[in-house]
Amino acid sequence: MALANDIPLSSLAPNTAGSYRPTRAQAQAGIILSVPATLLLVALVIGPAILVFFLSFTNASLGLAGIQFIGVANYTRMLTDPGFAQSLRNTALYVAVVVPTAIGWGLLVAVLIARSRFAVLYRTAYFLPVAASLVALATAWEAILHPSLGFANTLLQLLGASPVRFLSDPATAIYALAAIGVWQLVGFNMILFLAGLSTIPEELYEAATIDGADRGLKRFLLVTWPMLAPVTVFVTVMTIIRAFSVFETVAVLTQGGPMKSTSVVLYTFYEEGFRFFRVGYASAISVSFFVFVTFLSLVQMRVSERRARWKANGGQ
Amino acid sequence: MAALDLHIDDIGKRFGAIDVLRGICLRVAAGEFVTLLGPSGCGKSTLLRIIAGLERADQGHVRAGGRGLDAVAPKDRDLAFVFQSYALYPHLSVHDNIAAPLVMRELSSLERLPVIGALLPGAIQRKRSIQERVRQTSGLLKLDALLERRPSALSGGQRQRVALGRAMVRKPKIFLMDEPLANLDAALRIHTRGEIARLHKEMETTTIFVTHDQAEAAALSDRVAVIFGGELRQVAAPADLYREPVDLDVARFLAQPFLNELAVAAPIGGGLMIGGSRIIIRDALGSGLAGTLAFRPEHATLAEKDHPGALPVRVTRIEHAGIDAHVFVDAEAGAQFVARISAERARSLRDGDNLGLTIDAEKAWFFPSNGSRQRGDHSGAA
Repeated sequence: MALANDIPLSSLAPNTAGSYRPTRAQAQAGIILSVPATLLLVALVIGPAILVFFLSFTNASLGLAGIQFIGVANYTRMLTDPGFAQSLRNTALYVAVVVPTAIGWGLLVAVLIARSRFAVLYRTAYFLPVAASLVALATAWEAILHPSLGFANTLLQLLGASPVRFLSDPATAIYALAAIGVWQLVGFNMILFLAGLSTIPEELYEAATIDGADRGLKRFLLVTWPMLAPVTVFVTVMTIIRAFSVFETVAVLTQGGPMKSTSVVLYTFYEEGFRFFRVGYASAISVSFFVFVTFLSLVQMRVSERRARWKANGGQ
Repeated sequence: MAALDLHIDDIGKRFGAIDVLRGICLRVAAGEFVTLLGPSGCGKSTLLRIIAGLERADQGHVRAGGRGLDAVAPKDRDLAFVFQSYALYPHLSVHDNIAAPLVMRELSSLERLPVIGALLPGAIQRKRSIQERVRQTSGLLKLDALLERRPSALSGGQRQRVALGRAMVRKPKIFLMDEPLANLDAALRIHTRGEIARLHKEMETTTIFVTHDQAEAAALSDRVAVIFGGELRQVAAPADLYREPVDLDVARFLAQPFLNELAVAAPIGGGLMIGGSRIIIRDALGSGLAGTLAFRPEHATLAEKDHPGALPVRVTRIEHAGIDAHVFVDAEAGAQFVARISAERARSLRDGDNLGLTIDAEKAWFFPSNGSRQRGDHSGAA
């Protein structure tokens, strides 16, 4: 480390930095070549985003002519709308179940299989839901959770319990969706934790072995957990964002029901915008959601940047 | 402080098809400083890790103070290990790094918790005792001003001292150090070497030190164990090793940067033929096998061309090295030698000068082709 820092970079400068300064013609070519991609980005991403932002301050409605500027009325409506409040509560419940479970389980699985001979098998099994299309998998879950024909209830009956109407009982529907959400996120988190585990130097474990923390929780708390901290921050933020964005399973399995018990934020947005055509209101929801997710990402970037700087100060 | 003796008994280790260690026997007296010296990949680190319990030997036993260690967990072996990479806990302060072995051993998992731990009876007292010992150690290593820092905010030398502190703090009976100076720059390496010698003098802990640097080994050790290709070739005090290497590998490794070597026919009455000249070497007396003549540059001198008993040579290159100079010469029949003479004397020499090379007949070695020298009487386990 120290050696690498001691190499005088300035001595290399004439060869590298100098030759990279583009001439005027090169700069022009660069601009011209990037025009098509820029146009596409503006047309498909940036433009619509700006449009949505403006629409959120209007009473725009799909199919109706005439748009009026109504200020922050859509946003105040969001705060007072009992339906939206209900969807916020549902989402919060979903997130509260999914985030800790998906992170804890992912970490547990990663730690357990990291040194296993069957690591590849487990990794594949857990990662499958991440790679596959969630809509297709949701359909499979529908079959498993079917009240009379589903595998889940067959199993429950074998164990002597009475069958549960997982998706059509308002008391269980959101938890059934949360279970599917966990199942889908665990694999992703596990892969990230496995990557984090592989970067922990073996000597740290050996030092811990000699220092008296040779296995189990002691070793985990002295070495593994602190060394995984950066990965954990990333995993937490990603899991929170993905849990808040739950949509496909709701759309396929419950359509927000029964009795609005699984109506989550993104599903409400979808209903408002594409079923009731209240584009202005839907835009306000999506802008709020965007702000929230951006905020989370910024927090994550700040935390990991501080860590990076902390490490760069002559880190090991 | 009480130190323990260490008996290493017929240790063998294989990694796959490769014999990493073969029949290693070594006895280290209590309080002794022994260095395992050898080139990279010779198995010296593996041996150290077997002593620590980080690696399991395929055969043989390790005993400390009469107690068999083979079935004992590393943490219960009463020894400390200093890693080449220091292996400090990056998220802990210097204080907590040094305290870690004490905290892990002396506090229960409840007592280690941040808030609840402070409320448990007895924990406060034990924590105070830990703090006291950390302060003692940090004072000894001049780390007092750095206790609150993280390892990432320390220089290489400071990290090295923290690693030493973490090893010393629980007063182990045996110290194991795996190339602890390898990651330091030259000046710091020599300084830290002195520190380690001072600490060993003060604490008198049995120490096994692994290095590939012969100067480091010579400077620190009571005895040096030279390992080649998984075999222990020689164990001797540095001065004896310098004078009486058992075989050519050891001689080469300990005669850096240069060793003069020349393949010769079987000696007759101690006389070796170099080109047309016959030189008598005491070491070759009584040997009837072909082999290699070897001598250090400092055991040869340059004289006048017609000096009696001198080999006629021609100077090809002179390398000044402060107080001395290495003079490279060509002899008859394509042989090349190096002589180390005073820089003063080297100033009068020029490339192409024709001179006579005399070899110190008492100090030169003859290694018969069948392996060890006959006079390797300082070899083997002490």
